[in-house]
Amino acid sequence: MNKAKRNDIRLIPGGITRPKTTITNKTGFWRTFIPIFNEERCNKCGICDIFCPENCIIINEEGYRHPNYDFCKGCGICAEECPKDAIKMILESKEG
Amino acid sequence: MSSQLFAPGHTACSGCGMPIAIKLILEGSGKDIIVVSPTGCLEVTTTRYPTSAWGVPWIHSLFENAAAVASGIERALKVLNRDANVIVIAGDGATVDIGIGALSGMFERGDNVTYICYDNEAYMNTGVQRCSSTPYGASTTTSPVGKLSFGEDRPKKDLPAIAVAHGVPYVATASIGYPKDVIRKIKRAKEIVGPKYIHILTPCPTGWRFDENKTIEIAKLAVETGLFPIYEIEGGTLIKVKKIKNRKPVEEYLRLQGRYRHILKGFKDQLEIIQEIADKNAEKFGLDG
Ligand SMILES: Cc1ncc(C[n+]2csc(CCOP(=O)(O)OP(=O)(O)O)c2C)c(N)n1
Ligand code: SF4
Ligand code: SF4
Ligand code: SF4
Ligand SMILES: [Mg+2]
Repeated sequence: MNKAKRNDIRLIPGGITRPKTTITNKTGFWRTFIPIFNEERCNKCGICDIFCPENCIIINEEGYRHPNYDFCKGCGICAEECPKDAIKMILESKEG
Repeated sequence: MSSQLFAPGHTACSGCGMPIAIKLILEGSGKDIIVVSPTGCLEVTTTRYPTSAWGVPWIHSLFENAAAVASGIERALKVLNRDANVIVIAGDGATVDIGIGALSGMFERGDNVTYICYDNEAYMNTGVQRCSSTPYGASTTTSPVGKLSFGEDRPKKDLPAIAVAHGVPYVATASIGYPKDVIRKIKRAKEIVGPKYIHILTPCPTGWRFDENKTIEIAKLAVETGLFPIYEIEGGTLIKVKKIKNRKPVEEYLRLQGRYRHILKGFKDQLEIIQEIADKNAEKFGLDG
């Protein structure tokens, strides 16, 4: 390779993507069982939130937690770890 | 504690322990970081082109050179006079097998990088092949149980000890079953200049074959049986150990996992050997109490 050509070499940046763009992928359709959160039993401890692998549990105005069902895969970790037994896993009926 | 730095929509299996570790790491590290990840489940499930789950700068290395890429970034930041913590988050195969040469170089040069291994105890992304972090007795697709085999026949490689032998100033192990402990260790690593090594156990429902809601229970049982001791070593000295009251027999951990099912169904000698591994850990780290 001659000198001129070598100087033409540019670093190719590779694949660059925008941050937090996986939100276009609605993983909720993976779900078989759906977690239902019972505010009456909840003590707002946040354990469900810490352990949710989907990072999809959100806090409402009253401070209670609920999953964003667009992303919840229905793993059941929240229900298993909730110290107040405030989360029930129910077989989800889906249309279509 | 939902992380603002990590988005849903990633494609890790339902119940995967690895994204739980990522949330905890980001909680401890804050936003001023650059993450390097080699090939593996983390990379494949969080950066499906053209999307990314990351809310912090993140770069993919090759499978074998995450530590070298991190060292390069750290040097570049120095030259540019810019401040950010460089963190590697890598699978166990990438760390204990193929990337160990680059990692040893990073340790030896004393580069200011936090290297975190999320340990799911096999090459999961490619279909559950054993690696040197796979524990004794576990059945994988390349250490399958059969007439002539009880599964993996070698003990788990002790990478934290190898890090300590390099004179790494901060070495810690952790389990996602204890989230506050994980966050605290990430924060502690931030305060130390030089290489840091943190090894986090992240159970994998697909490869270990357990019910996807049992991830945290299993992450705790690994510690409660003594099979995965959690501790901190600073400047070569053991400074903190998670003590276990009434250490549980290893069966309680093995029973929940398909990769060990055969052990409880007749491999008595192997069961004894696994219990001995836990007992030796307890003695070495003073776990009981
Ligand atoms: C040089 C090289 N060899 C093999 C592979 C194929 N490969 C990709 S990921 C992977 C296993 C990753 O295992 P680990 O680091 O433990 O991460 P995990 O997938 O278990 O999270 C392998 C073998 C590769 N990408 N590059
Ligand atoms: S773990 Fe249970 S009690 Fe705690 S915040 Fe979640 S639902 Fe409420
Ligand atoms: S079932 Fe799993 S994914 Fe859904 S909210 Fe609970 S922990 Fe999150
Ligand atoms: S194979 Fe295991 S580590 Fe990989 S995404 Fe699935 S559960 Fe997680
Ligand atoms: Mg692995």
